[in-house]
Parts: sequence; structure tokens; C-alpha cells
Amino acid sequence: MPELSYREAVRDALATAMRQDDGVFILGEDIAEMGGSMGVTSGMLEEFGSERVRNTPISEMALAGAAIGAAMQGMRPVAEIMYEDFMTLAAEQVVNQAAKLRYMSGGQLTVPVVFRTQGGAGWSPGAQHAQQLEAWFVHIPGLKVVFASTPEDVRGLLWSSIYDDNPVVFFEHRTLYGIKGEVPEKIEPIPIGKARVHREGEDVTVIATGRLVHESLKAAEEAEKQGVSVEVVDPRTLQPLDEETLVASVKKTNRAVVAHEAVTRMGFGAEVASVIQYQAFDWLDAPIERVGAKFAPLPFAPVMEQFIVPHSDDVLAAIMRTVGRNGD
Amino acid sequence: MAKVETKTSLAKGDLRDVLREMLLIRRFEEKVEERFRAGELPGFLHVAIGQEACAVGVCRALEDGDIIASTHRAHGHTLAKGTHPNELMAELYGKAEGCSHGYGGSMHLYDVERGNMGANAVIGGGLPHVTGAALAFKMRGEPRVALAFFGDGATNIGTFHEALNLAQLWKVPAVFVLEDNHWAESTPESQHSPIRDLSDRAKAFGMKALKADGQDVEAVYKTTRQALDYARSGKGPVFVHLDCVRLHGHYIGDPQVYRDKDEARKLAETRDPITLLREKLAVSDEEFDELDAEVTEIVEASVDFAKNGTDPAPEDALKNIYA
Ligand SMILES: Cc1ncc(C[n+]2csc(CCOP(=O)(O)OP(=O)(O)O)c2C)c(N)n1
Ligand SMILES: [Mg+2]
Repeated sequence: MPELSYREAVRDALATAMRQDDGVFILGEDIAEMGGSMGVTSGMLEEFGSERVRNTPISEMALAGAAIGAAMQGMRPVAEIMYEDFMTLAAEQVVNQAAKLRYMSGGQLTVPVVFRTQGGAGWSPGAQHAQQLEAWFVHIPGLKVVFASTPEDVRGLLWSSIYDDNPVVFFEHRTLYGIKGEVPEKIEPIPIGKARVHREGEDVTVIATGRLVHESLKAAEEAEKQGVSVEVVDPRTLQPLDEETLVASVKKTNRAVVAHEAVTRMGFGAEVASVIQYQAFDWLDAPIERVGAKFAPLPFAPVMEQFIVPHSDDVLAAIMRTVGRNGD
Repeated sequence: MAKVETKTSLAKGDLRDVLREMLLIRRFEEKVEERFRAGELPGFLHVAIGQEACAVGVCRALEDGDIIASTHRAHGHTLAKGTHPNELMAELYGKAEGCSHGYGGSMHLYDVERGNMGANAVIGGGLPHVTGAALAFKMRGEPRVALAFFGDGATNIGTFHEALNLAQLWKVPAVFVLEDNHWAESTPESQHSPIRDLSDRAKAFGMKALKADGQDVEAVYKTTRQALDYARSGKGPVFVHLDCVRLHGHYIGDPQVYRDKDEARKLAETRDPITLLREKLAVSDEEFDELDAEVTEIVEASVDFAKNGTDPAPEDALKNIYA
């Protein structure tokens, strides 16, 4: 199996779709000559030209809205919003328009658009360039929300997102672009709404997204050394949510930790905790633990930034609390 | 740095001081590039090398009590508005002594006491604040002006159009300074705007628009002065269009694959604002070297100051969230 970086995997999904389908095109700020601010679309201008690799002015609301308009007319645009923080500028079009057009039209309209964006802390850009805002969009009926954590997943899920007939907000994590992983020779679509069990275990289930999947896998190894067997599950799609897989895992282990980089308060993990407590209440042997950023904007100084965002230690401590309370 | 009296042009003695200040900003930013490359500075940084005349010419024209809102390319504006190089460098090192006490970083420089309402990492983010600040001055009858810096790329975002329209509608004492370096990251102006004269955008709101060569610090000063006088007199906001050059990459480390290598080289040879002023004032090599040594020492001292600064405590991250 070939190996791709997360960045290359995103590009491969985009380029392959564009090769086979004239309706697919990409638009965004600095995605042409520069290849995007994360280098994801590097080389695509040369292959596809400036009609289909469209550099846009700094106009997030208009570029998101234009993608929506083209989608309504049968194209399959993929809009890149340079930083997740700037999704707040595109939000009107994504939240009030894309999410609701099919509904408001009584089923007449189809909006097959993807909004790709990226975020994540750990490099000290300060408060306006590294937020994790996925929960905002999970809250909106009509949107699908994907957050992939490996090269294989990001490629297969982006593919499915492009060919999904609904608006999809597709989150990538900045610190994952360089990670490498094996991918199938040919792109295999990964169904939207299907979780992935990264590691099987008996005692505790950790449900994690984005960078925290990797932190949780590290924590799981450490816990193993301390005699605690941990299962790590990545929902991959936040909306729709694969409740079945998550609940089944917790029914097996009887303990759950939810982990993400976004602030804990009103985070995606709150929803997961609710689903689990309701569907697996009688199976739970400990309160569900939540791991996330402390309730603060992202500070600039590295010592403060590291303090705010969660790491594998925090996941490990949460795992241990679930078993400690059980007297293990 | 001493402030000039209310007058429409700069005297020769003032111009030497202007040269010194521009050179200080240049050396400061070169040092920032060097320290970033050495791995000492965290985060994401943009220098304004080539745009020193805009920062200095504009800020010199301001009165005490006037305020500015800056951009992601903010070091020059911050120094020109009076923040000490030590405090700026300390901020870039993430120290408690920094002008934002380590909370902000390069794209979030604040110095409220000196009338700097902040850099901004969101394009166009500060423009409505300037309209609102000017509104506050007007409502309270204060003879103050609020001034915004922004780039050509920023004229494409909604807040630009909404903020200028509102400012003109309410006739507030605001000045909107466009630093037109003809690039928005990797995107040349011809690719981001369908018109060739961006001041037409201000005219569309019925706003008074002035123009100056942004590489000529005297012209920048004079034009800004004119704009400030007009705004201060209650006639309404003014748009100031400065034609300038970005000599380095968009951010530190930008390989500029999108840009003809000769372009920046030619601009450096013909349009460097420091060289232009130096020639105009006929500053000898000796004199220039002296100035250079003097500002270099200040810059070196700022690095020492920053490195000897205090790291914030990790838990400080939970402070300052609410008033
Ligand atoms: C809303 C928003 N979109 C995109 C960006 C990313 N970005 C940072 S600087 C920049 C280009 C700005 O160009 P211009 O306004 O001309 O200022 P210059 O960089 O030339 O000083 C872009 C696109 C941003 N910071 N904010
Ligand atoms: Mg520009």
C-alpha cells in the first residue's frame, strides 16, 4: 500500500475527483500559485488551470456563498476557508443558507458543496488563528460535519464529502498535515457516519477527534503499561454520528472518556457524553470523563498555550480517574 | 520619540529624526526575521519591510489622543505609535513585559495607553472599531480622530465596505489608510480586484479620498495631516491611499514561489523609502552609519530585554478573559 501524508491525501482526493469529474472545482484564498496556506493544493493550478483552481479575494462570505450558488446549479465545488477562525466570516452563508436551502425549498434544492477548513493550536499563532469550532457546525441541522485524523480517513472521507449531496463542513487539523500513513492503492470512499475503532481494549473507551486521536493513542499505550486496557474510537464524522459504534464500545468497557482540542464547555464531547449516558446508563461504572481545552481564548505565549490545550497526559489522567473511581 | 507640533510639513531637523525612526523599524524587523529563523520566536510573523514610510509618516501626523487600529503587519505601526522597542520585542518573545503581556503575539499587539487599539489577525477586523471609536469621539465632542491601517487585500472583505459606508453615513472623525502594496499574500492586485484604482471604492460611499506616494515619508505625512484636519473639523471621514511596496515575503519564511524574483529586487533598488529619504537629505555615509549604529544598539538591547523577560505563569492563561 502506498504511503501518503495527510496533506497529500487531501490533495489526492481533490485531484482525483477533478480528473474524473468536470463539475468538481476548488476555490479559496491563495490556493493557486501558492498552493494554499497549508500547501494542500500545491501543483493543482498547473494541472487544472485557473478556471478550476480559483484564487479568490479575501471575501469569505462571498466565496462560501458562490460555492453554494454553483452547487445549487449542479457543480460540486470545494471551498477552502484558510483558517477555521474565518469560518465565522463565512458562517452566514454556511449556517443560514447552505444548511437550510433544501429544507426551505421543500426538498427542491440540492447543495453538494464542501467547505474545507483547518485549525488547531500548538504553534502559538494567538487567539485568532487556531480555534477549534467544529461544535458550532454540529449544532446546525442540514450540515454534515467531518473531522478526519489520518491520511487514509481524510482521503476517503473527503471523497465521500465531495460526492455527498449535502453541504459538508470538513475539518482538517493543522498539526496533522505532515503525518504519514498507508492508504489503499485506489481511493476507497469511507461512508459518512461511520466511526473507526483505532485500538481495541477492555477497560475504558476513549472517544476522540482530530489531534486528540493521536494523543489518546499515546495515552492508551501508557495506560496499558499501567495495566489498563483502552479502546480508542474516532467518530470521524461528527454529524451524522455513529452512535451505535460508540455505545457498543462503552457497553463493552463500561467506562468512557471523550477528548477533543476544542474547549470542553459545550464541546462536541458534551453531546457524545449525553448519547452514552442515555443509551448505556446501566453499563456505566464511572462518570464519563471529558478532556478538552480550558475555558480561555488561545494565548500567544507558548507556556500559556500549552497549559490551555489538552495533551496525552490529560487523557491518561482522565482514563485513570475512570478506573480509580471503580477501585481498580 | 519626540512629537512634532501641528504643522502641515516636516522641517529638515524633523526629517532626520524620521529617517532614524524608519531605520530603527527596519533594523528591528530584520532582527525579528533573524531571531525567527534562529528558532527563538514562536508564532506567525509578518514584517513590513519597505513600508516604513507609511507607518512613520502617518503616525507622526497624529495628535496625542488620536488612536489607531492596525493589521497583521503591525510592528512598524506599533513602534511608530510610540511603543518602546523593548516592549514590542518582549511581546514577540511571549514575555509578561510585552506590550500585550504575552497574551497577544505579533498579530495582536496592543498599547492602549499610547492609543494603539490593536493589531488584528482577521483581515478587516479593526475597521468597524475605528468607525465606532470615531463615533464615540463625535458623541462626546472630543477633538480626536480614529485611524485605521489596512491593505489592498482588505478592501475585498465585507467589514471594509460596511465600516466605510457607516463612517460616511454618520460623518465620524475617522481616517482610513490603505497601504496598497499590491499584494494580498500570494495574490496580486490584478487577481483580487477588478478596478485599478482602489480609492474608487471610497468614492462610491461619497467619501473624500486622498492619495500619496507611500515611499515618500514627507508626502505621507502631509497627506495624512490634511486628512486628519478634515476629519477633526467635523466634515467626515477621509480615505488615504498610499501606494507602497512589500519588499519581503508575506510572512517570515515565505518562499514567494508566486513572485518574480526580479520584482522585489528592482523595488528594493528604486523604491526603498529609507534610501529615498537618505538621498533627499543628502546624508553622508558616515552620518548614516552613525544613525545605524545607534538604532542597532537599541534593537540589540530590546532582544536582551526580551530574553531576560519573565515567562508568564501557565495559569495566567486563565486571567483577563472577563473584565
Ligand atoms: C478574514 C481573513 N481572511 C484571510 C486571512 C489570511 N490573510 C492574512 S494576511 C492576508 C493578505 C492581506 O493582504 P493585504 O490586506 O493587502 O495586507 P498585506 O498583507 O499586503 O499587508 C490574508 C489573506 C485573514 N487573516 N483574515
Ligand atoms: Mg497588500
